[in-house]
Amino acid sequence: MATEEHSEGLAFHPMDQFIVKPLFGGEHVGVLTVTNVTLWMAIAVLCVIALFVLGTRGRAVVPNRTQSVAELAYGFVHKMVEDVAGHDAVKFFPYVFTLFIFIVFSNFLGLLPKAFTPTSHIAVTAFLAVAVFLTVTIVGFVKHGVHFLGLFWVSSAPLPLRPVLALIEVISYFVRPVSHSIRLAGNMMAGHAVIKVFAAFAPLILISGVGIAVTPLSILAITAIYGLEILVAFIQAYVFTILTCVYLRDALHPAH
Amino acid sequence: MANTTHTAADTATEAAGHAAEAAGHAAQSAGMPQLDTSTFANQIFWLVVALIVIYFVLSRIALPRIGAVLADRQRTITSDIAAAEELKAKAVEAEKAYNQAIADARSEAAKIVAEARAEIQKDLDVATAKADAEIAAKTAESAARIEEIRAGALESVKDVANETAAALVSALGGSADDKSVASAVSDRMKG
Amino acid sequence: MELAAAAALGKFIGAGLACIGMGGSAMGVGNVAGNFLAGALRNPSAAAGQTATLFIGIAFAEALGIFSFLVALLLMFAV
Repeated sequence: MATEEHSEGLAFHPMDQFIVKPLFGGEHVGVLTVTNVTLWMAIAVLCVIALFVLGTRGRAVVPNRTQSVAELAYGFVHKMVEDVAGHDAVKFFPYVFTLFIFIVFSNFLGLLPKAFTPTSHIAVTAFLAVAVFLTVTIVGFVKHGVHFLGLFWVSSAPLPLRPVLALIEVISYFVRPVSHSIRLAGNMMAGHAVIKVFAAFAPLILISGVGIAVTPLSILAITAIYGLEILVAFIQAYVFTILTCVYLRDALHPAH
Repeated sequence: MANTTHTAADTATEAAGHAAEAAGHAAQSAGMPQLDTSTFANQIFWLVVALIVIYFVLSRIALPRIGAVLADRQRTITSDIAAAEELKAKAVEAEKAYNQAIADARSEAAKIVAEARAEIQKDLDVATAKADAEIAAKTAESAARIEEIRAGALESVKDVANETAAALVSALGGSADDKSVASAVSDRMKG
Repeated sequence: MELAAAAALGKFIGAGLACIGMGGSAMGVGNVAGNFLAGALRNPSAAAGQTATLFIGIAFAEALGIFSFLVALLLMFAV
């Protein structure tokens, strides 16, 4: 129904919010160019410092609000690592916590109007996922040597099936970073793009009479999807972290 | 994503901006910005910088601090609970001592009361006995006196009777010696 | 130009078809969550310990829907 309005003035650019732009003019995005990615990652870093360094400055036995939040995050991830990956995975806790905190802050900061979401970019999430994949693989081989390959050799299956299962296991092992990264980036991108699509319908009331019905509906939809996105922002960070823990468990205890 | 409050002017300027942008990097705007490989190096570089900063801030400063605070709190709570437990035990002990003291005092008091009562009873008994003896002595003395008086009285009655009898005999004109009068009187008084 | 128009048509049809995959993912997520709820109502004491498993299951089911969404996006914007 929006086809004729579309040509008249509705601007559908759901993907424009993901464009990486240099902050200080220019067109070329070099390795060191300060871009909106830099800006929003810096904001995330500053938020982390504010929450976890300034917030816990008091070291109070009875915490204030900021310190409670910091402790809550600490306890949440610590328990996750301990429960899912096992007690000996606690030495990876700072690494997992870094991932979790970076993703959480990127996701939530990305929900601010006009913000840029680093985690909606395949490059970013792929880097995170590949880092996890390499860590897990290296830890597995360092800890268990060749026995780590036992992860792919399902010894509980009947012997003739084992090579087939091993093939499947190997493929699924290498698909892990792909799904790991695309899940996060896809969720972020999808939510933001859907909000943008609905936002594009919102000014319809300025162009056509149909807008009297469409504009309130689209604003309602934006509100609802925004609420869903707040949930998704947290859940995806949680899922990314818990899958990291699951992979770590596989590396530390490869017995199938 | 959040341009929900467009005004007409905004829309116009935005549209103009989009047009300019589209002209600027036509290839980029057409596709997904996520697949624009020319920005990958930049993103990954800043990502690594951000991750390293976060990692060092967390692992060097924040996490040890929070861990220490949590451990500290745990220790404080544990020691507080232990202290409370100790105080409770002390309170129970004190209560027991208090009850013991009360019971002791009560039994002591009962003993003292019993002793005092026994002493008083003894004194009382002695006094009673003494009084009884005195009373008995006095009674005996009185009885003797009464007996004496009675005897005295009897004697004087006999005298009076002798005299009266003698006076009567003489008044009647007879004469009687004292001896016969006395025997007669004593005979009459006996009979 | 006929060819370009046909290509554009194919792109949009393909993107629409790819979105059907998201419906499958929705069924998968609903299945996971529904079965979790059924199990949790039967044995509420065991439910709290299994929320991590629930989220992992949802994440795996959802990932495939995201893949089809990605295919749609690629068709729309990248091909």
